[in-house]
Amino acid sequence: MDFLVSQTHLNALYLVIIGFVIGVLGGFFGVGGSFLAGPSLFALGVPMNFVVGTDLAHIVGKSIVAAKKHRALGNVDLKLGSIMVIGTIVGVEIGAQGIEALKHRANIDQVVGITFVVVLISISAFITWESMLTMRMQREREREAEQSGVAARVLEDKEDESALDHIARRVHGIRLPPMISLPVSGIERISLWSILLVALVGGIFSGFLGGGAGYIRMPSMVYLLGVPTHVAVGTDLFEVVISASYGTFTHAIKGNVDILIALVMHTGAAIGAQIGASATEYFRGPKIRLAFVPLPLIGAAIVIYSLITGKHVK
Amino acid sequence: MNREAFNRLRSFAIELSVYALLVVVYVLLVLNFLSGWLKQIYDHGKTRYAIVCLLLIIGQGVVLETVTSLLLRYVRAKTE
Repeated sequence: MDFLVSQTHLNALYLVIIGFVIGVLGGFFGVGGSFLAGPSLFALGVPMNFVVGTDLAHIVGKSIVAAKKHRALGNVDLKLGSIMVIGTIVGVEIGAQGIEALKHRANIDQVVGITFVVVLISISAFITWESMLTMRMQREREREAEQSGVAARVLEDKEDESALDHIARRVHGIRLPPMISLPVSGIERISLWSILLVALVGGIFSGFLGGGAGYIRMPSMVYLLGVPTHVAVGTDLFEVVISASYGTFTHAIKGNVDILIALVMHTGAAIGAQIGASATEYFRGPKIRLAFVPLPLIGAAIVIYSLITGKHVK
Repeated sequence: MNREAFNRLRSFAIELSVYALLVVVYVLLVLNFLSGWLKQIYDHGKTRYAIVCLLLIIGQGVVLETVTSLLLRYVRAKTE
C-alpha cells in the first residue's frame, strides 16, 4: 500500500499486526507502546521525523480505547491526570522543537535512534532491578508473616508496594507550595511542582522520541510520585490521550505525520487494547513491572539493527 | 483444558476472525481511497491537515471502540 504523505510503500498487514501487538501491550501495561511502534516503523523504512509524529497520532486513537476501559475499572486519577497534562504539553512542544532543529541536519536518524536505545535499555535495567528487589522483599515478609502467624489479608494489602517507596516518601516530603492531595492515588500531600516536573520530562521524551512516553512516565509515577501501579497505568493513558493529541497537532503542522499509517496501525490496536486492558484484572504490582522489562529491549534491538545495517524490513 | 478455558479460547478466536474480516474490508475500501485526498490536504495547508489528522484518528478511535465492544459482547454471549 502506498503512503503518499511520507512517500513510503508499506505492507498494510505488517502495520495492522504491529498495531495489534502494541494494543495488547499498551492496554496491559498502560503505556502507548512507542518503545515498539517507533522502532518497528523505522525498521519498515519510515523516515524518523514521520516515525515520531505518526506514532503520536496512532497513540491518540489507541489510548482513547484503553483509557475508557481503565476508567470503567476505576484506575484513573482524573485530578492527577489533568495536572500532568499541563507539564506534558509544555514538554511535548520542547521535544517537537528539538526534532524540528534536527530535521535540517543530516543525522536525525542517528541522534533520535541512539537516544531511543539509551533510554530503552536504561529503563529495562532499572525496572528489572527494582521489581526483583521488591519481590525479594515481599517473599521475606511472607516468610516472616508465616512464622509469626500474621493474617494473609495484611500481605494482600501490601502487594502493590515498591522497594523504592522511600523515594516517593521523600518526594512527598518536599514542602514547595501549592500542596495538593490525591485521594484516588492514596497520596495525602504532594507538591504540585513535583507532578509538573515529572510530566514535563515525560513530555520532552514524547515530543522528541514519539509516542506517549509512558515508558518513562509510568515508572516515574510509581517510583517518584508513589502512585499505585494500576492507577498509574490508567491515569497515564488518560493523560496520554490529551498530550498526544497536542503532539499530533503540532507535528502535523510541521509536516511530520502520515495519518494513513496511523489509521491502519490503529485498526489492529483497537482490538488489542481491549484484550490487554482486561488482562490487568488478573495481575498487579511488581509482576506487571517485571513482565514489562523485555519490551523496551526488543525495541532497542530493532533500532540498533536498523542503525547498524541500514536495512529496512519490507 | 477445562470447559471455561476452552469457551474463552473459542470466543477469542471467533472475535479475532470477525474483526480481521472487518479490518481487511475497511483498509481496502475506506483507507485506500483516503490516500490521495489526504496528500492533497497535506500539500495545500498543514493546519487543515493537522485538524483532519486529529478528527480522523479520534473518530476512528471512538468508532472502533464501539465496534470492538459490541463484537466482544455479542460473540461472548453467543459462545457462553
